[in-house]
Amino acid sequence: MRDDKIDQIIDQHRGMPGSLTRVLVEIQHENHWLPRGVLRRVAEALDVPFSRVMQIATVYKTFSLTPKGRHEVHVCTGMSCHLRGAAGLLDAVQRLIGIKPGETDAESRFSLETGSCLGTCSIGPEIIVDGTHHGRMTPAKAEDVLKHYR
Amino acid sequence: MSEILLQIDGKAVKADEGKTILQAAQSENIFIPTLCHHKDLTPYGACRICLVEVEVRGRKNHVVSCLYPVARDLIVRTRSETVDKVRRMILEELLAHAPNSPELVHLAQEYGADKDRYERESSFCILCGLCVRYCAEIKQKNAVGFIERGARREIRFIPEIASTECWSCQECFSLCPTSAAQATYFLTEALAFPGKRKAPSDSA
Amino acid sequence: MPRLHSAAELEELRAGILSGRDPEMPCIAVCAGAGCHGLDSGRVVSAFEEEVGKLSLGAKVTIRATGCHGFCEKGPNVVISPGAICYFEVKPEDVPDIVAHTVKGEVLDRLVYTDPDTGQKAVHLGEVPFYKHQTRLLIGDNPRIDPMRIEDYLALGGYAALSKALFEMSPDQVIDEVKKANLRGRGGGGFPAGLKWETAKNAPGADKYVIVNGHEGEPGAFMDRALFTGNPHLVLEGLIIGAYAIGAHQGFIYTRHDSPQLIAHIERALAQAEEYGFLGENILGSGFNFRVELHFDVGIFVSGESSALMQSIEGNPPEPRSKYIRTSVSGIWDRPSNLNNVETWANVPQIISRGAEWYTSIGTERSKGTKLISLSGHIMNSGVAEVPMGTPLRTIVYDIGGGVPGGKAPRAVHLGGPMGGSIPERLIDTPLDFDELAALGAPIGAGGLLVMDDETDMVEVARYLLEFLTNESCGKCVPCREGMRQMLKILTNITKGKGKSDDIGRLEDLSDVTGVACLCALGKTAPDPLRSMLRYFRDEFEAQIASGTEAR
Repeated sequence: MRDDKIDQIIDQHRGMPGSLTRVLVEIQHENHWLPRGVLRRVAEALDVPFSRVMQIATVYKTFSLTPKGRHEVHVCTGMSCHLRGAAGLLDAVQRLIGIKPGETDAESRFSLETGSCLGTCSIGPEIIVDGTHHGRMTPAKAEDVLKHYR
Repeated sequence: MSEILLQIDGKAVKADEGKTILQAAQSENIFIPTLCHHKDLTPYGACRICLVEVEVRGRKNHVVSCLYPVARDLIVRTRSETVDKVRRMILEELLAHAPNSPELVHLAQEYGADKDRYERESSFCILCGLCVRYCAEIKQKNAVGFIERGARREIRFIPEIASTECWSCQECFSLCPTSAAQATYFLTEALAFPGKRKAPSDSA
Repeated sequence: MPRLHSAAELEELRAGILSGRDPEMPCIAVCAGAGCHGLDSGRVVSAFEEEVGKLSLGAKVTIRATGCHGFCEKGPNVVISPGAICYFEVKPEDVPDIVAHTVKGEVLDRLVYTDPDTGQKAVHLGEVPFYKHQTRLLIGDNPRIDPMRIEDYLALGGYAALSKALFEMSPDQVIDEVKKANLRGRGGGGFPAGLKWETAKNAPGADKYVIVNGHEGEPGAFMDRALFTGNPHLVLEGLIIGAYAIGAHQGFIYTRHDSPQLIAHIERALAQAEEYGFLGENILGSGFNFRVELHFDVGIFVSGESSALMQSIEGNPPEPRSKYIRTSVSGIWDRPSNLNNVETWANVPQIISRGAEWYTSIGTERSKGTKLISLSGHIMNSGVAEVPMGTPLRTIVYDIGGGVPGGKAPRAVHLGGPMGGSIPERLIDTPLDFDELAALGAPIGAGGLLVMDDETDMVEVARYLLEFLTNESCGKCVPCREGMRQMLKILTNITKGKGKSDDIGRLEDLSDVTGVACLCALGKTAPDPLRSMLRYFRDEFEAQIASGTEAR
């Protein structure tokens, strides 16, 4: 079923090399990762060299070339969050989940990312899980938040 | 196409409109070092070693000669304290990656660049892009490209294309100042299609 | 809704909208901006709608979910009109009380602002210290607008400036007005917008483009999103006026992909503008055609750089190019492309409506108008503030910002993010001015103002900013990629207690070369935060190097 949706996205932009980034964004949102076979189809359909597709797919941290976990955990490491203690928060999250930014845990429960700045500096430091903001976090509170995500 | 009159290192130089400072200099046998430049490829402006000082209407600036267009009354200096310092530092930064590259070693002598200024870096690719651009613009195969960003940028061969194209071509290998292109190709072959390289003599 | 075909039809529609609204009917505006949304203001909105429904008060009170009010620290924010009564830190449980009081025209005392030092209460927006010292020309309308309803924007006079430009001014006159106003770019460049427009207008070629740079990658800057999400039509109106002036028939909005709200609001604004006749063919019957496409950045700081942004719109990797030929002459697909920041475009309608002479009465000699500031870091009142240029930083940090939690003086304030610099507290009386701050090594940048308390380790901040840039640069050119690689190594060693005596000299050398030789502004300004730290806090670096111990 997902494959149909991906086909649809690719078909809509067939022959339009300028749509490369947009197509990858839509597939990432739909599929949560970019399988290599899909990337080859994109290259062919949009008439773009496969090497360029790979460059765009790896330049942006939003894209994942490996399957993501059920829950995407984002720790903001923007400047304000950094000043308010994001580094300590990130340490705690890494210890709790057992992975580093860019990785997914062995049970595919969590994927971890860092990055700035999500524009919610006033409630920093924060953890965003599946788009939900958990603001004014402390390392101690991190465990409480994460245990609710199975 | 009109002719432009400019000055390079005190010498009056004529160049066609639309030419770059580098082209104008080379036509007068004035040497400007380059690393990422190739006469058959679109100028890239990445290594920055062809940086020169320009003065126009009394204002000084530093620009890369491979891209900057000639202009009337432009005063160009291919050497200066700043230009030399920039070149030395670029060389030292690159020597940290590839201390044995002949091109780098040769230029290092001229600019007093110390190959041990910085700790040795693990990758000996200097990301000049000659292999990527040659394969894209001249061979039009795009067998090798860039991936990632910032300090993590790398070249990467695409196994699906490299396995059928590279062994019978190998033209980028001789362009590479550090042998990183051929090393990367061979590593890709060993990991992705060992024993399966296609030479012209192999049947389809 | 039939498309509007003249200025008169627009005014007729506006009069109709206004006559259908009772200014005395209470309106409860709940902030659904990013910060408040993160504090679950969505549930507050639902609670209000439920309560009003339950008590069948639909005809007696309006509920409006709006964009960012500004006082993010104290969210979820609610503003009751008429009277601009402000309630803070509102929870769903507070909703029945608020509704009950509002219907009776009374104030719910326990939710109004209380000064943490004096205990003094402030009921109305104009009395609240955070808002009192501001001049909210751009963001002031946010509490009055539901971003999904163009009628709200029209009710406040929206698109009257566009109408005036199209029917009462020639494109050249519009450019002249913007030049006279001395509107300078709000994204960080500070370049005179009118001059940029003129270059694009005069560049050869029939196809020209105008672009909204909504990337806002500067960490700690969130005012563009606050404005764009809360009042998308303000930015759009400015863009259309600019397109008319330059002679562009195609526009691009480039913004972040990670805020579903922002995307929804922009898409809705574009659709409604098209529906009403402010976009598309024959705008307002003027004969001017203009369309807008929406594009997304997918998460890299460098794609906020104008030439990298244009590469990205073309579908290419976001790599900047040298600007020996300006993008206003040769940009997207080598066509003249005028790019301006969200806030810059938002300034345009008022310049046209009220005139350059009025605009230049605000600000300093060379920095005119107001500036949106994102206040964050170690500050009591974080949020989005808007002040006239020339406002002393002291006013922003203390009077608006409420100072550092705990009451001690900050050690420094940082402007311009990773391309800016820090200035020490002793310079806090410096006015907010492009040139004065640039001369001190802390350029305004996009307007993010980060306050750092007296325990902040400035060496670590310099290291942090360099690390940010090494991750966010495209990596194409050697002095940026390799220069920053080596600077980061040195700074990391210093913070780990492994600094060497010649480290500062080496950092300065690397800074010099990186500043001169890089391809784009990201690389050229990358050493600037470090330069400012060495200028004002050099002794800290020396002490950390001499200590030989890891920083706390």
